[in-house]
Amino acid sequence: MALYRAHVIVSIDSFSILKGAIEVKDTLIDKLKKYKLDQEVKVLEMSTLGQIKDVPVILIYPEKVVYAPVKVEDIDEIVEEHLLKGRVVKRLIKELPWLPKKPKLEEARIVLSNAGLIDPELIEEYIANDGYVALGKVVKEMKPDEVLEVIENSNLLGRGGAAFPTGLKWKFTRKAKGEPKYIIANADESEPGTFKDRLILEGDPHRIIEAMVIAGFAVGSHIGYIYIRGEYALVIERIKNAINQAHNMGFLGENIFGSDFNFEIKIHKGAGAYVCGEETALIESIEGKRGEPRTRPPYPPTYGLWGKPTVVNNVETFANVPPIIRNGPDWFKRFGTERCSGTKVYTILGNINNKGLIEVPMGISLRDVINIYGDGIPGDKKFKLAQTGGTSGSIIPESMLDVPMDYASMMEAGAALGSGALLICDETNCIVDLLKPLTHFFNYESCGKCVPCRVGTTKIYKIIERISRGGGLNTDISMLEDISKTMAATSLCGLGQAAAVPVLSAIKHFRGEIETHIFDKICPLGVCKI
Amino acid sequence: MERKINLEKANEIMKKHGNNPEKLIEVLSELNSEYGYLPKKVLKQVSKFFDLPLSRIYGTSSFYTMLVTEPLGENIIRFCENAPCHVVGAPEVLESLEKELGIKIGETTKDKKFTILTTSCIGICGVGPVMIINNDVYGNLKPEDIPRILANYK
Ligand SMILES: Cc1cc2nc3c(=O)[nH]c(=O)nc-3n(C[C@H](O)[C@H](O)[C@H](O)COP(=O)(O)O)c2cc1C
Ligand code: SF4
Ligand code: FES
Repeated sequence: MALYRAHVIVSIDSFSILKGAIEVKDTLIDKLKKYKLDQEVKVLEMSTLGQIKDVPVILIYPEKVVYAPVKVEDIDEIVEEHLLKGRVVKRLIKELPWLPKKPKLEEARIVLSNAGLIDPELIEEYIANDGYVALGKVVKEMKPDEVLEVIENSNLLGRGGAAFPTGLKWKFTRKAKGEPKYIIANADESEPGTFKDRLILEGDPHRIIEAMVIAGFAVGSHIGYIYIRGEYALVIERIKNAINQAHNMGFLGENIFGSDFNFEIKIHKGAGAYVCGEETALIESIEGKRGEPRTRPPYPPTYGLWGKPTVVNNVETFANVPPIIRNGPDWFKRFGTERCSGTKVYTILGNINNKGLIEVPMGISLRDVINIYGDGIPGDKKFKLAQTGGTSGSIIPESMLDVPMDYASMMEAGAALGSGALLICDETNCIVDLLKPLTHFFNYESCGKCVPCRVGTTKIYKIIERISRGGGLNTDISMLEDISKTMAATSLCGLGQAAAVPVLSAIKHFRGEIETHIFDKICPLGVCKI
Repeated sequence: MERKINLEKANEIMKKHGNNPEKLIEVLSELNSEYGYLPKKVLKQVSKFFDLPLSRIYGTSSFYTMLVTEPLGENIIRFCENAPCHVVGAPEVLESLEKELGIKIGETTKDKKFTILTTSCIGICGVGPVMIINNDVYGNLKPEDIPRILANYK
């Protein structure tokens, strides 16, 4: 291997590509050649470097200097000053948001420990960072029951929204009768504002492959599927490449690590339907049908793909598995709160200075996330509300900002953590106007299989629309409450049940503002066109 | 509308994937990009090939937003109107888009040049508001950007 004096890492993720990262990288390579530095300085592509506002990002090792956002025109200066003369280009320096400015909070990186630090297209780099060590340990030294034990003891809860204990799910599937069994990674990720799974897969695809094979070993399955959202072209490409590499190295296929354990992974591309993220709809979709949720029980661990026992886990859930196997359940429990171990990956969006991706221990408050990681709200505006958990999540007012964010505490406070999207809204947002896209979303995405959701989502959207145009009726709020409660209680799947959440929480915390629209025909903030 | 549809390409695509029902959605997606939509004649061929009733093939085709069963405009604009884009100014941009083209979401211009559809969140809300024209993604949109962007497709 050639030795290089410096490594220059360019962020090549979906955001950076949008802002010209490919051109930046190409120009950089050209310039290095021109100055004959190409034998001394190596350019590497990385996935996200943890932020999406000021991109592309360039990271220079060994100094660990970060430049962002970098334009093609800046390359001359970076090459001449920094790489040739060794002088840092001060005007382009950027502090990465995941290096917190105030040392009060630790950022614990379990899931994202490799993202942005290794080249996702090279299996060697994953291996050099403890990759496939856990798999080797599992197939050579452990029995399936011991693997189940470790996962169960770690307290790992599913990160796809429902927070179901992963160890238990795997145990049920192992015990269930029926062959073959299947392992499915749910990478459908369509909750508005959620893109953590995409960045995990773009940045560290081998981690998910390793985890799926471990799951297969633990439950007695030889076939896995990754169900990837159709729009995620870069993810599909990287996973394909990673599967090929893992095959060549003997981590997938027959006789893994020389044992008699075999495992294959197939890719299934989605075709655009939010409800397909629901695990039974996803299974129907793999079977080539309309992605409509099944009536449950039976649940996938006993009756899944083609009627066989099936594990469905979220990408982030899987991402926790290799480090738990390597370091043990007690190590994992050191992170987070007593009831919810580990970390959570969030996407922070909306009216916030530092939009992007963070991974923090379970239990950090939303206030800290906004002030420390999100760097506050732009333009000295005041916080009004946040929606946690994506469009199906609850609306949270100022008074709830200090609730520790873990699944249990949020539930007790009457809110949900969901998928990990945090939408921050400042004081200029009108609650009725915000409810419009939220209720429209459910109306659009309802699959129509069951009546409460099919009819309810349409009615709710129409009522909100009407209120926003000044046509609200005196009975509208109680109507919204009735419909929402019926939907929450009687819908067949989580989509219809969750559709009630933003409406009910908005009424609970901002009833007065909605009433002003209805009774006085005024939008107090002047947002709605009444 | 159903004239001049050459089934050769369709047959080729189906042969490549085989007729396991697990491949149905992938086959339909490829046919959709080949023909721009899924013509009835093609769906009938798919039904024969997979040995599944046409109603089942149509049911699947009409369920997913990336599959369309009617021809659309030459350029397809998918606009994101989800909450994260909404709070950073999507409504004003959409208004400008609808005004510029004289159509609403879900409609096609008279000259068949443009169709506006919505898209579910494509996970780049960090640079919202966002729209996709064919395969080009535009982020950080402002209402005044619209005429300039559309000019590239006229
Ligand atoms: C409407 C709806 C959409 C969902 N979308 C997703 C999704 O995109 N990704 C995901 O992992 N789970 C999603 N889920 C949750 C899954 O049904 C399932 O609980 C999850 O994949 C299980 O994985 P976990 O135990 O690792 O959390 C969705 C659920 C519902 C009701
Ligand atoms: S709740 Fe809605 S999305 Fe779920 S099955 Fe019923 S109609 Fe379909
Ligand atoms: S909300 Fe528009 S891209 Fe996510």
